[in-house]
Order: sequence, then structure tokens, then C-alpha cells
Amino acid sequence: MIEVKDLHKSYGKSGKINALNGISFNVNDGDIFGVIGPDGAGKSTLFRILASLIMPDSGTAIMNGYDVVKDYRKIRQIIGYMPGRFSLYQDLSVEENLKFFATLFDTTIEENYHLIKDIYQQIEPFKNRRAGALSGGMKQKLALSCALIHKPEILILDEPTTGVDPVSRKEFWDMLARLKEQGIIILVSTAYMDEASRCDRIALIREGELIASNTPQGIIDDYSDILWAVEGSRMSAILRELRKYEKIKTSFAFGDKIHITVDESLQIGELKQYLINRDFRDVGINPIEPTVEDCFIALTN
Amino acid sequence: MKTLKFLIEKEFKQMFRNPLIPRLIVMFPTMVLLVFPWAVSFEVKNIKIDVVDHGKSIYSKRLTDKVAASKYFILNDTPLDYQTAMLNMENGKTDMILEIPASFDKDIVKSQTSTVGVAVNSVNGTQGLLGSNYIMQIVNDFSSEIRGELINTLPPQSRATIMNMPRVDIVPQYKYNPELDYKNFMIPGFMVLLLTILCGILPAQNIVMEKENGTIQQINVTPISKINFILAKLIPYWAVGLVVMIISVTLAYVIYGLWPAGNVIAVLFSAIVFILSVSGLGIIISNYSETMQQASFLVMFFILILVLLGGMFTPVSGMPAWAQTIAAVNPFNYLTKTFRMLYLNGSTLADVSNNLFALGIIAVVLNGWAVFSYKKRG
Repeated sequence: MIEVKDLHKSYGKSGKINALNGISFNVNDGDIFGVIGPDGAGKSTLFRILASLIMPDSGTAIMNGYDVVKDYRKIRQIIGYMPGRFSLYQDLSVEENLKFFATLFDTTIEENYHLIKDIYQQIEPFKNRRAGALSGGMKQKLALSCALIHKPEILILDEPTTGVDPVSRKEFWDMLARLKEQGIIILVSTAYMDEASRCDRIALIREGELIASNTPQGIIDDYSDILWAVEGSRMSAILRELRKYEKIKTSFAFGDKIHITVDESLQIGELKQYLINRDFRDVGINPIEPTVEDCFIALTN
Repeated sequence: MKTLKFLIEKEFKQMFRNPLIPRLIVMFPTMVLLVFPWAVSFEVKNIKIDVVDHGKSIYSKRLTDKVAASKYFILNDTPLDYQTAMLNMENGKTDMILEIPASFDKDIVKSQTSTVGVAVNSVNGTQGLLGSNYIMQIVNDFSSEIRGELINTLPPQSRATIMNMPRVDIVPQYKYNPELDYKNFMIPGFMVLLLTILCGILPAQNIVMEKENGTIQQINVTPISKINFILAKLIPYWAVGLVVMIISVTLAYVIYGLWPAGNVIAVLFSAIVFILSVSGLGIIISNYSETMQQASFLVMFFILILVLLGGMFTPVSGMPAWAQTIAAVNPFNYLTKTFRMLYLNGSTLADVSNNLFALGIIAVVLNGWAVFSYKKRG
């Protein structure tokens, strides 16, 4: 159980840069909790506070009963932290890194091998290779193994999938799902909205403020606009035309489609006719279910 | 203890996997001790001198020859007048001018006394001072030589009066460094310099490197204690320093025949106390720096202060009061003194215990500060 209440943190000489502006949320036992927001939203600051690396200006965070400010020694026993940047010793080998972190927590690889077995087995063939010489995906697996080796109650993963290829990303989330079965609370931040569905609950944050906290489905259910996807061959020209149309509230390029929210009175045929009149003959318009990203955009507008 | 042992093991592994540092630890003392003692010397030799001999007599010729024969001087020119000699000095062709008056011989024979003029280019103060000292010595020698010769030419009664006049001769005895070998004086200083550079710069870069690589974050979220972490950073530099000392002491003996007149174990022991204090300084710098660049600049700045106000090149007693105050807390100063005492004076551990005590206090303060300034969270 993690209870975060009204966390504030600002940087700079006179506190000019507000990184966190009153964040509160709760995480239930055994959940994968996703903190989702664009770069600069304050995700890393939040996680560094929870990992007891920096102190908040105000507010409290209680993790499994321990306060991150007062009981920081205890916090360090029960958390596993994996920073966004690869931060293991590049000049030590895979096995040496793992053994090193196990020793710092006064445990051994053998003792908690069952926890990391799934993950570590994939890099074990390279255990004598220096960590600096591993590929990105392997580095990430090693970092996760090192964060897990002392059997933490809470795992804090700061943007673990940034810069990782789609296949490895999927693999990584599968690993997290298996860890969840061990009863570890997993806090994970990401800038990729499509990863939200892999979490039990998510918090959307932007500019240091929480804009929504719910299950991914709950967030989608709260979405009240009518959402259509428009596709065609000249996307940017279509987008320009759509933005001129007064019955369309918002329009955003979304991969190879344009997502638009529209006034209730607008019919698909009407919009299609409008575009055909402007010489866009091959357009397709379909109502769609919103994604978390649509919700994020709607909530931040 | 187990954690500390493992941390130290990790530091050594990292040190030996660095392609440069192990080589540096061996190459650096070797190079410094092979090259610098020959180059860094305050002995002034080969001073170029012009002799303006107005007398052109037997005695003035003898004086000129005596100057030219000295190992300190090179006779550049014997111009006819002072102006030409001065022009030479202005053009940098000569460093000194010795002017012998026309009446030199006459004065010596008649009144047993004469004067010579000396002009020195003192842009380089040391050279100016030593040069004029050397020439004074030569002239003094010359005058006592002549005195001995001329005394026989005097009438017996006045000879007796001169003979009975009290005369003081100064016969210096050069203690502890009888050959006045500058190298013997500087080599212990170079050893301190080596220790300062290696055991000061390497730790200064160490923690900053962990900051730059981000590994410090992983360390900080572990329950490891600050003291253990800092100790693990310090202890490897003891080993480095000891290796440097063993290489230095051996080289000093093999190449220069210089072996501590006191106890060699005392030399190593004082080195260990000293390493602790400079490494502590390095770690403090490391704690306060965010990047390698900052750390490098800071450590260079401090090493310069330590060395220049440390009595290696210039004696501390000649410094202004404020500089002596700095020297009183300068570990470099204490070890330089200690090494010179152990090497040249043949002091014992008990003789240098005051210095070691001071070094110990400096080490405790600096390392306490190092532990204190290492923050596991910002």
C-alpha cells in the first residue's frame, strides 16, 4: 500500500521550476501502478522522492507503512529502484553487478534466485561479459535483476521502456505481469500511453499535477466525447480542412489516422460530404473507442 | 565488514579494468623520479659574464682567468668599456659584468686594497643573487691568495703587525647533505608530490565518475552506510600510495643512491598517514562536484596551493605570516618536512611524531568532512 499525499517539489534557486505541484494518489497492494505523462511531467521527480533519493518540499508519502522522509533507512530495505538511465557498473561483469548489489543488501544471488530466474536466465549465458558491452534489452534485464535481487516489497521503475524496441517492450511488460504474481507492488512510469492498458491502475500527470487516477478502463469510461477516426491519403491537408469545420471540437493526428471529437449534431455523412466537396475523395470516417491517449488529450485540453 | 570488503573489492576491480590507471601508478613515479631531480635545481651554473678590464695587468688578468675557470661562469666577452658590456647585457648576451679598475695592480701593491665593480641582471632574482655571491667568493679567494703572496714583499716590522692582526676565517661544515647535492633535498619532496597527485586526483574523480555514470543512484537506494562507502573509496588509495612509495624509494636508491638515513618503515608509515589526508581532500572535492571537469579543476587548484605553500621549493619560514598559517594546516608541508628529516637528518619515528600527529588530525578532519559531505539524498 502506497499513500502519496500532496507532494510538492520545486527546483532552482528560488523554487522557480515546479516539478511536482500537489500530487496525491494511492496504490493498492499487488498492483501494477502506471504513472503516465509526457516528458517533463514530473514522473522522475516523483519516483526519486519515493525512492528516498530526494526530499519533497512538502507532502507525505507512506510506503507499506514507512514514511519516505523519516523512515528512509527502512524504505531502502523494502524498495527496488531502477532509474531511467542504465546505471550499473559498466566495467563490472553481469554476474559481478548482480553479486555486488546482492551483497549490499546483505543477501546472496542463491537466496532470491527464484525471483529473478525468469529474467536472469535470459542473460545468464553472458554472465562474464561486462555490463557496458550488453545490448540495450539485456542491460535492462540486468538492471531489473539487480533491482529485484534483495526481494523488494515495492519495485520502482522509472521509464523502463523508453528507448526499447517494441518486442522487448512487450516482453518487459510480460515480465512485470509475472512479478506481480509474487505480490510485489510495481510502480512504473512511462511516456507511452499504449502501455497504460498493462497496468492495474494508472495516474495521468502533466506539469506536476495529477489529472486523473483510475483503472485504464475507468479512465476510458469517463470519456464523454464522440470520437471518430478519419483516414485518407493527404493527411495534413485533411487535418487543415477539419480544423476549419466549426462542428469539430478537436482534431489530432494519431498515427496514420486523425482523431476528431465532434458536436452531437454532426453526422458522418455530412462530414464526408464536406471533405468530398473539398476534393478529398478517398476519406473514410468511423466512430471509434477512445484510447488512454485520447483521454489524456481530452483531459489536458 | 563483509559489505566493506566487497565494496573495496569492487573498487580494485574497477581500478584494474581501467586501461590507464594501473600503468599510470607505475609509470608516473618512474618518470618523475628519472627526469625531474635533474631538471629542477636551484643551483645556478653557466652564468654568462663580461669582464671589463681597465687595468690590463698581471693581477687583473689572473682575476679574469679565475672567473673564467669557475664552473659557475662562462666568460662571454672582454669588452674595452663598460658601455659595450652594458649593451651586451641589454641584448641578453651576458648576465653579469665585472669591472676591474685601471689602478687595480697599483692599489693592490701600494695599499693592499682595491675595489671591483659588479653589475648583475636580476630579472631572475635567484640567478642574480647567487651570481653575485659566487663572484664575491671568487674575489675573496683571490684577495687572500694575493695577500699571502704580497705579505712577503713587506718590510719585516710591518709584516709582523699584519701577521698579528686578528683574522677570522669561516670554514662551513655542510651537515646532513655534505655534497650540497640539490637532488638529495628535492627527491623526498618529489615523493610527496607524487603521492599528492596520485592520491589526490584519483579519489577526486572517483565519486564524480559514479555521479556521471548514474551508478551513485543505485548505491544511494541501498542501505549501505556512508562510512562504509567512503572507507571503500579511501582504502584502495592506501594501496596505490604504498606502491608509489615502494617504487619511489627503490628508484631513489638505485638511481641516486639515496636511502633514508632514518628508518625506511617510518617513511612508509608517514606516507600512509599522509595519503589518508589527501585522499580525504579528493573525496570532499568529489562530493561537491557534479562533473569530472569541475572535480579536475578544483583538485588542480588545491594541489597547486598545497605544493606552492608546502615548503617543497621554497622554505615555509621565508613566507609571509598568512602563508605560514596556511602551511600550518597543509599536509604537504608536514610530509615534506618529515621525509627530509627521515631521509637527510636520519630522524627516528619519535622525532617526526609531531608532524605525524598534525597529519593525523588533518586526516581525521578531512575524512570526517568527506563522510559528512557525502549525501545519500538531495
